[in-house]
Amino acid sequence: MPLALELDGVTFGYDPRRPVLEDVAFAVPEGQFVAIAGPNGGGKTTLLRLVVGLDRPQTGTIRVFEHPVGDAARRGLVAYLPQRAHLGIEAPATVREVVAAGRVTRRRLLGPLSAADRSAVDAAIARVGLAERADAPVATLSGGQQQRAYIAKAIAAEPRLLILDEPTTGVDADAQDALASLLARLHGELHVTVLYVSHEFGAVEHVAERLLLVRGGIAFDGSPAELPERWHDPSHAHA
Amino acid sequence: MLDHEFMRLAFGAGAVVGVLAPAVGFFLVQRRMSLIGDGIGHVAFAGVALGYLLGIAPVATALATSVAGAVAVEWLRANRRTAGDQALALLFYTGIAAGVVFVSSAGALNANLFSFLFGSILTVTRGGLLLVALLGGAGLALIAVLYRALVAVALDEEGARVAGLPVGTLNVVVAGLAGVTIALSMRIVGILLIAALMVLPVTAAGRLARSVASTLTLAMAIGLASVFAGLTVAYYADLAPGGAIVLVAAGAYVAAAAAGRLASRP
Repeated sequence: MPLALELDGVTFGYDPRRPVLEDVAFAVPEGQFVAIAGPNGGGKTTLLRLVVGLDRPQTGTIRVFEHPVGDAARRGLVAYLPQRAHLGIEAPATVREVVAAGRVTRRRLLGPLSAADRSAVDAAIARVGLAERADAPVATLSGGQQQRAYIAKAIAAEPRLLILDEPTTGVDADAQDALASLLARLHGELHVTVLYVSHEFGAVEHVAERLLLVRGGIAFDGSPAELPERWHDPSHAHA
Repeated sequence: MLDHEFMRLAFGAGAVVGVLAPAVGFFLVQRRMSLIGDGIGHVAFAGVALGYLLGIAPVATALATSVAGAVAVEWLRANRRTAGDQALALLFYTGIAAGVVFVSSAGALNANLFSFLFGSILTVTRGGLLLVALLGGAGLALIAVLYRALVAVALDEEGARVAGLPVGTLNVVVAGLAGVTIALSMRIVGILLIAALMVLPVTAAGRLARSVASTLTLAMAIGLASVFAGLTVAYYADLAPGGAIVLVAAGAYVAAAAAGRLASRP
């Protein structure tokens, strides 16, 4: 199976003398659902920022679908839902406008949405169950519905690698379960590779095919069922 | 009123400025950079003064310094060389200081200079109107073509970078458009007040609209109405048009805020 993601000897620190991640190496086959957990400050978000190209490693290489990170971005292969996703805009954006922004890529930069773009936007909104709220301002939705809107924006781009950073932060337990079910369904329907970072790993414990524990490096890499009991201690893995 | 050619020229230029200023200002307000127009205005003042000093058309030098100043602030912000407010402060004070030095050197502290600062109905020429129409029309066309990309960046700048959009280039385009808008608008609204026409219609529209597209459209309509109403008041009351236009826009904001509050009541 082709690799969606390959990291080799990756080291990074905001202060290069104090690396947050050191000598990280792993590969993700295309189509896999990977949960990334670990303690706060362990380097989970940093790892994602490196994979999406928002930061660059001091040493090592990262390849996305066999391309350097920048090339993969330009080819529209990656969609990223950042931690505490919010609208960076004062105007009242509707669900449809937010999701349509996901269809803007380097190759489709100019001019209005095409008919195919509009269909993809409608399909993405329907997939996350927001068809009836498509023209509502995002700010009027509940926290869980807002996260669904941002997920719809991410999948509207038809990425091959979907990266979500703490998508359940700030939503209640029911909404967390609903989001986990939604992601499991999207993973099955779209055959997209998923990297899911959360300190509340329990929400996707039964969805993820593989778990990476990040603590300055890769502390555990395997099936969630194989997770050693000591890592279930909240003060370790889930703090 | 429209029997006078100078009023027809003022209304013609005002129509372009009234639509262009909120259209560009929309993307500045969304990025919480509402005050950048003021900073660029100060640099435009330096440009006007430089024009007097060098004996070049002040609009041309203001256009050059405004665009250069706007792009410089964007560069400082994007490269995190300095905090956003400090970059603006640098622009404000350097612009006004350079303007004072150039004006003093040129001995140009006169009524014509004040027409740039506060706007004047009488100063729009046919050539000026042509320049405003051409550059303003080009600016609006550029916004229309880049609309989806500019909204995508405003909604989520990091997400846009990850999607491979040329975010830095798009931000420089907005900064450049802001510089062009201020240089084109200074004859009508005045250097000291043009930033208000970029911001007030947008904030007023935000109180009433329920989508990005309707906010932008309503902002342009409020901008256009403010310019037409302000020019009319300025003509009959013999006022500097900049103040009249901006007070109408401020009134539109107050009315929109009140209407928005009424509409949101259960």
